[in-house]
Amino acid sequence: MTDITIPSAAEPVSRPISPSREVWLSLKANKGAMAGLTVIVLLILAAVFADLVAPFSYSAVFKECVTKACPPIWQEGSDSRFILGADSVGRDLLSRLIYGARYSLFIGTIVVTISLAAGILFGLLSGFFRGVVDILVMRAMDIILSVPSLLLALAIVAILGSGLLNAMIAVAITYIPHYARLARAAVLTELPKDYVTASRVAGAGTLRLMLSTVLPNCLAPLIVQATLSFSTAILDAAALGFLGYGAQAPTPEWGTMLADARTLIRSMPWVVTFPGLAILITVLAFNLLGDGLRDALDPKLKR
Amino acid sequence: MLRFLLTRIGLVIPTFLGIILLTFVLIRLVPGDPVEVRVGERGISPERHAQLLHDMGLDRPLYVQFFDYVGGVLQGDLGTSVVTQRPVMDEFLTLFPATLELAVFAMLFAVLIGLPAGVLAAVKRGSIYDHAVMGTSLTGYSMPIFWWGLLLILLFSVTLDWTPVAKRLSDDYFVDEVTGFMLIDTLLSDEPGSFLNALHHLVLPTIVLGTVPLAVIARMTRSAMLEVLGEDYIRTARAKGLSSLRVVAIHALRNALVPVVTVIGLQVGTLMGGAILTESVFSWPGIGKWLVESIARRDYPALQGGVLVIAALVMTINLVVDLLYGLLNPRIRHRR
Repeated sequence: MTDITIPSAAEPVSRPISPSREVWLSLKANKGAMAGLTVIVLLILAAVFADLVAPFSYSAVFKECVTKACPPIWQEGSDSRFILGADSVGRDLLSRLIYGARYSLFIGTIVVTISLAAGILFGLLSGFFRGVVDILVMRAMDIILSVPSLLLALAIVAILGSGLLNAMIAVAITYIPHYARLARAAVLTELPKDYVTASRVAGAGTLRLMLSTVLPNCLAPLIVQATLSFSTAILDAAALGFLGYGAQAPTPEWGTMLADARTLIRSMPWVVTFPGLAILITVLAFNLLGDGLRDALDPKLKR
Repeated sequence: MLRFLLTRIGLVIPTFLGIILLTFVLIRLVPGDPVEVRVGERGISPERHAQLLHDMGLDRPLYVQFFDYVGGVLQGDLGTSVVTQRPVMDEFLTLFPATLELAVFAMLFAVLIGLPAGVLAAVKRGSIYDHAVMGTSLTGYSMPIFWWGLLLILLFSVTLDWTPVAKRLSDDYFVDEVTGFMLIDTLLSDEPGSFLNALHHLVLPTIVLGTVPLAVIARMTRSAMLEVLGEDYIRTARAKGLSSLRVVAIHALRNALVPVVTVIGLQVGTLMGGAILTESVFSWPGIGKWLVESIARRDYPALQGGVLVIAALVMTINLVVDLLYGLLNPRIRHRR
């Protein structure tokens, strides 16, 4: 006779991992994504505690660095108080960069929020109502997509006027089609599924179906796109700032700082180097996290 | 095939009309007096104001103005620049070769490096080389190219003094404009050394404008190759005893190229956006710099015309890519 062991009810059965935990585990295994996340957390901390972290105010002017340039501390003729040197107006560069993190994160958040909300709205309308609504909305999205995003953003800013707020609105408008298309595609795959029919039969109204039945199941691709466009939003807003149509001069926005520094490339190269490096590192961090999230949320795309 | 062709072209026409509508509305949203916006004249007498309003047809109903505008656009009339008083279309065509020359070089740069890098990364998947290519291309993809341009100027022009900082040709040379493409014009001219000089000026802007497409192409090539390399027919080819090079270069690459070509086509929009920044950094007298300057000078007709032509250009190229894709891939062609 062989012993047959029957698992007793008391024995612990391994519980299924919750989806969010699964995503986190997959993300944790991705070195690039974790590096990106670390940088982002540091940036958020720097932005929140800028008043404590930054050695000086972003607008404090040191006269001794106006008459004579103050390079970073590893160069000759530097002032030990200014680690990354001072700009042409005599303001501490490191402090301005730390305060600049606030602007970049703020820009990313606002742009992604506006474009995500509008994109989801258009995508849901398109996917649920089909017909004329679908055609009109999707053709409008095609039109926006056919103009290169930076050019469209410039044209919108040319009309609304320069400034950080208008730049953010302009950049946000150019991103709406991406979200709208993703949301619509997700809605179209979800709608024929049984749980939607069940909910419909149970008497759920269109609004309820849209927002609480279907939308939560469409979020994965939208979250990935949101992370990735956080980085492009920072890039595009900085580009507008660089061209002179984004945040305006005394603001320590990184792109705007570069615009001011262009003419100083020969005499004060550090004023050009560091703000751009800050943009690159931030954008890279968000792209790394976005790539990792995509792999974690959508195993089909994993290569 | 005809059905496929017609549906694709049929989809483009409303979009194109939509873009015309968009640019039509855009210029009307500019705050301020329409005569001032269009003509740039300020403080003129009411009679002259009314006269100008009438001359430009701005006193007619909006829908009449719109059809008039569409009619003009279809005949290549994009209005007149406020600043130079020249037709916008003429200005565009004068400056376009400079942008096209730069864009072609940037694309060549991106494809010639991105394609082999992506193939090698896929073949040597997981190796240091693969990680290096992926890391570099993600950095390139994240690059603020306006800063990249300044950085290259700092290194190669200011520190090493290898490359010129700006423009398409040194002031020492006088070259007649024949085609607008500096490399061709310098060859046609009898100025010795001017061709090399023009080539020299192209180096940095080419790298700057080509960086993002290069990164995208390398990434796309790698993932397309990885997908193809896992297919059964590749295993068959290897089992037949074909050399690795032959399997990769002929059997795999050919099929991997289909999505890559699409991506290359889609990069045209990126190139036009990038040209705005690259031309601004290098004072390159092309469309991008012209557009930025038009905004600064409040030359709205120029901006309007520029946006319209570029959008039409991007759309046409996307359409061509789409059609080519259908031509290459019967599965797309016959899908309803």
